[in-house]
Amino acid sequence: MVPLNHYLILSAILFAIGTAGVFVRRNLITILLSVEIMLNAVNLTFVAFGRALGSADGQIIVFFVMTVAAAEAAVGLAIVIALFRHRESLNPESFVSLKW
Amino acid sequence: MLLLIPALPFLGFLVNASFGRRVSKAAAGAVACGAMIGSFAVALLSVMRLLQLEPESRAIVNQVYTWIASGDFRADFTLRLDPLSAVMIFVVTGIGSLIHIYSTAYMHEETAPEYARYFSYLNLFAAFMLVLVLGANFLVMFVGWEGVGLCSYLLIGFWFQKKSASDAGKKAFIVNRIGDFGFVLGVLLAFVRFGTIDFQELARAVAPMGPETDFGTISLITLLLFVGATGKSAQIPLYVWLPDAMEGPTPVSALIHAATMVTAGVYMIGRNAVLFGHAPQTLLVVAVIGTATALMAGTIGLVQNDIKRVLAYSTVSQLGYMFLAMGVGAYAAGIFHLYTHAFFKALLFLGSGAVIHALAGEQDLRRMGGLKSALPITYWTFLIGSIAIAGVPGFAGFFSKDEILFRTFAGGHVILWTVGILTSLLTAIYMFRLVFLTFYGPRAPEPVKPAHPGDEEPAAHRAAASRPSHPSDRTPPTGPPVTHTDAAHLHDAPPAMALVLIVLALGSILAGYVSLGGRFEHFLEPSFAPQRVEAVADHGVELTLMVVSSIVAVAGIAIAAYFFLKNRAAADRVAERFAGAHRVLEHKYYVDEIYDAAVVEPIRITSENALWKVVDVRVIDGAVNGVADTVGNASEVLRRMQTGSVRAYAASLFLGVVLILGYYLWP
Repeated sequence: MVPLNHYLILSAILFAIGTAGVFVRRNLITILLSVEIMLNAVNLTFVAFGRALGSADGQIIVFFVMTVAAAEAAVGLAIVIALFRHRESLNPESFVSLKW
Repeated sequence: MLLLIPALPFLGFLVNASFGRRVSKAAAGAVACGAMIGSFAVALLSVMRLLQLEPESRAIVNQVYTWIASGDFRADFTLRLDPLSAVMIFVVTGIGSLIHIYSTAYMHEETAPEYARYFSYLNLFAAFMLVLVLGANFLVMFVGWEGVGLCSYLLIGFWFQKKSASDAGKKAFIVNRIGDFGFVLGVLLAFVRFGTIDFQELARAVAPMGPETDFGTISLITLLLFVGATGKSAQIPLYVWLPDAMEGPTPVSALIHAATMVTAGVYMIGRNAVLFGHAPQTLLVVAVIGTATALMAGTIGLVQNDIKRVLAYSTVSQLGYMFLAMGVGAYAAGIFHLYTHAFFKALLFLGSGAVIHALAGEQDLRRMGGLKSALPITYWTFLIGSIAIAGVPGFAGFFSKDEILFRTFAGGHVILWTVGILTSLLTAIYMFRLVFLTFYGPRAPEPVKPAHPGDEEPAAHRAAASRPSHPSDRTPPTGPPVTHTDAAHLHDAPPAMALVLIVLALGSILAGYVSLGGRFEHFLEPSFAPQRVEAVADHGVELTLMVVSSIVAVAGIAIAAYFFLKNRAAADRVAERFAGAHRVLEHKYYVDEIYDAAVVEPIRITSENALWKVVDVRVIDGAVNGVADTVGNASEVLRRMQTGSVRAYAASLFLGVVLILGYYLWP
């Protein structure tokens, strides 16, 4: 049986990869994908803890997170399309006009 | 019922102030006069009821409501009628009614709204004055005290389009403020020391104590109260506002600045006779200040050339007499002089008003003369007033002035008595100088420049000018006035004015006789109890002094007759001989200039250079602007953090989360 720590370490690695993706990638769609990776890293933690503690709560929360993630992906992609139509670009650095 | 006495004029004020500009002049005048006469009637009824009571318990108290009750402090809005306030309400409502009637004629050339404004102020003044004299404690008195000050300001500046008038109003108000500050301090100290501000309770608390031989609390209280009195009653050092107050309409000068308001200080001392009686040192100060003021104002009055200013200085001088009486403990004599003075000084002012009215606003004595035949009623009544104030036996002024001088002498104040007699001589001289210059001799419209151009009263000016009065013509006359030699302008007082002059002339003759046999003094005695006036029964001395003061009065008239009737050149020669002294007197001892240099200018300079340019601009504005600048500069730096880049925000979010979690999770 795989110990809990392995799940947690894998989850931390996934989360770090997602975070790094959000900060370093220059494409909005890739950034959205990175956010999905972060969410799934968290999901993995929930499921791992649920199993370790012998309760179904973790899995239930994961369903909620997946629902929200689906909605988020839909809205996020819609915004990306709108932004692309506006600037013909997917680089987040070209959308910095909301400032002083 | 007592409440009605001040309430009626107040009602008149409300009506005239609210509806005055919409009703005719006749209606406004009728409301004001009706309110005053009604108040007079109620006052008479109240005094009659008072007389039916036993002499020892003569007082009617009307507690209207509890005004302030806080801890130990309690002040009721209570009116109290006792013999002293009875004399005062008689003077205020009686003379007040007459002057209201006089004003209906005098102010007739004003436009309807102005006319109503004038009468509403006049009624408001009467209401406050009656509150002042009827109030049973210091707080109620103070309401009236401040109220009459306000009305005085409003009425002095009635013709506020004229700069000199509005300046004079402000001067009166500010000088009075200085005195009122002392007054308030005195009241507060009295409360701290005795725990009450009710006149009766205060007197009861003080009575068992012995007179304060060293300078203690009572001396301080009374001295502070006296500072208030010097402001209101125009004594040294705060008398400077009264001569300038002559910028107001003449009936106002008669009512407020001669007969009633300026006597408030004298009344206040009489009201607190017991308190003052326990502070001999204050009394001495009061007597000395009173005498000094009487002499100083009398000498200034000798050389002034404005008919109203002479009368103003005469008022200051007579008020000095009243304070002298208060200071030597002759309270009844002082109040008696207040009462007779109200008659003849109101008469003199109203007479001078009739002269000014007849001469189209001319106030300069040097351009009067020979008016005796043209203005017979004015002449005779004015003459009676002058005789009364000079102190010729048989007229009102003689009785009261003689009483004061006798009391002073009997009290052992020989120096004060000498100065008093000297002032009495001066009084006779300057009053008859006024009479002779105005009514006798040739009518000399010398082309002299008046000392104060534009001093003419707009009302009188418009009255006599033959042009039809334009309601829109509000420009007060400025520049050198035209010399009016046209005989058609000369008209004696109109009926309303003549009637009032005659009534007051009768009063000036007869008012003194109520004191025969010491009745007046006896009537007032309960108000000054337990400070009983010791019976000085040396009739020999009294008779001698009476003869002396009569001779002095007649001598004064004779001197005036010699210099200003027979031989005017001699008067000019004397003036030239003592040119220095003459100039000093003409400039009123340069007191205004000294005050200007010693008080007004330093305050102005400090305000401008220190308070305005340093404290206000640097400190206060600096603090306000400094806060704004600091916030602005900080924002200038901080706004750089808002880059607009979503990833930067996400990074800061992430960093924050890491920091917070790290803080909590770090072992």
